[in-house]
Amino acid sequence: MQVSRPQLSLWEKTYIPQIVRGLWLTLQHIPRRKFTRNYPEEKPPLYGLYRGVPTLVRDPEGRVKCVSCQLCEFVCPPKAIRVIPGFRNDAAPDAPVEKEPSDFIIDMTRCIYCGMCEEVCPEEAIFLKNVFSLCGYRREELRFHKEKLLELGGIHDDKIWKWKNK
Amino acid sequence: MIEGLLISVIKIAVVLWAMLTIVAYAVLWERWLCAWIQDRLGPNRVGPRGVLQPLADGLKFIFKEDVIPRHVNRLYYMLAPMIAMSPALITVAVIPWGSALPIAGHPIKCVIADLNVGVLFVFAISSLGVYGIVLAGWASNSKYPFLGGIRSSAQMISYEVCLGLSVAPVFMQVGSLNLGRIVEYQASHGWLVVYPIQWVSAFVFMVSAFAETNRLPFDLPEAEQELVGGYHTEYSSMKFAMFFLGEYAAMFLASALMVTLFLGGWSLPLAPFNAPAKELWVGMAHIGIFIGKVLLLLFVFIWVRWTLPRFRYDQLMGLGWKVFVPLTLANVALSGTALALMEK
Repeated sequence: MQVSRPQLSLWEKTYIPQIVRGLWLTLQHIPRRKFTRNYPEEKPPLYGLYRGVPTLVRDPEGRVKCVSCQLCEFVCPPKAIRVIPGFRNDAAPDAPVEKEPSDFIIDMTRCIYCGMCEEVCPEEAIFLKNVFSLCGYRREELRFHKEKLLELGGIHDDKIWKWKNK
Repeated sequence: MIEGLLISVIKIAVVLWAMLTIVAYAVLWERWLCAWIQDRLGPNRVGPRGVLQPLADGLKFIFKEDVIPRHVNRLYYMLAPMIAMSPALITVAVIPWGSALPIAGHPIKCVIADLNVGVLFVFAISSLGVYGIVLAGWASNSKYPFLGGIRSSAQMISYEVCLGLSVAPVFMQVGSLNLGRIVEYQASHGWLVVYPIQWVSAFVFMVSAFAETNRLPFDLPEAEQELVGGYHTEYSSMKFAMFFLGEYAAMFLASALMVTLFLGGWSLPLAPFNAPAKELWVGMAHIGIFIGKVLLLLFVFIWVRWTLPRFRYDQLMGLGWKVFVPLTLANVALSGTALALMEK
């Protein structure tokens, strides 16, 4: 490719016209709307499928959806998930669900936010929500247990109620 | 006698306090402007809208660990930051920051030392500023500071020539080296920058002032991309802050000098402000006008910094020796001739 070299006049060779144009440009930027934001107060806008912290959700009846099949534990590439299976202690005799995890631990210092746990879950019980800012004083604070994960997940607005009519 | 001494001490205290405050706030002003020019918010956490940021910065610098590397020359290493800061603090003594304050009958001159060779004094002392940088570069005993120091000395010596020559037409027109008298001349005859024969002088003085204060586009002594931090690479804590403040103090001084020489100092071309003050409020207004002009020029310094890229080293030297020196020499001859013709 050939780039033609422009013939500069003497006035242009002093660079003064370009310097003035540059100064005008930067001056115009001073009153402009800023691109950065006051971070902890103003959170950035996140799109709906944002892959943040993995969480456990409840179904609209308040039941823990996870049945502790441990597929997420097996699929997790960095082995951040640990599921301790257990039986539902408040299970009604006619309840179709027999199991739920007695504890469900996600080590957030290991999680890589790949979302494979969400993909693999047959019960649609684990979702990556839009929480992205994690901090703690000790490692233990970043090992999220079942209660914490359920609290983060909340109730999932299911379209299909799998256990309703069984 | 005692009274005069007391007045001088008070003046020194007030001027130093005001100068250091302005210098501290120039840092904040720079950070704000650079943020706004880059479409960022800038520091806005300490105090309302971030106005207490300089206090936080100062506290941080004082409490930071002061690392003295083992390979430095300790004496010169300690000396350099002090020398870097002091020329600007000394030269502010001859800058007339107002006309006069008539208190209790007799007017108090708004300048610490009313020297008849004011401009020469400024040039003599401010060229000592290079020693701070050269010593820092030498004493640090490592390559990047050394290169920064070398660059700085070459640059400051080159531009000192242009700086000195560029103000010669000012003295020819005013007929005095006393900064106070130069301002009084401008108050009655109009600012020097409106005279076409002073345009080249004003321009060259401004550009040389950028080079003398090591500001972009001439900040080669501390060129971060090539020299890490330049001459202050090995400095930390308050010693680094001294270099930093020294740069801003030099910037303040260059602005004050520019205002005094070309932009009419404390004067405004309006009725009560174009003559030395007879009343107290006019004297106060003069000080306000002077500080306002200096702040405006500080804005220009910062604005230019965040607009222009850095000159290459040979371009810097070429501009200094091949363009500005012949230009200022021609300017001295031409404006001298023009002044002689006008007087006839």
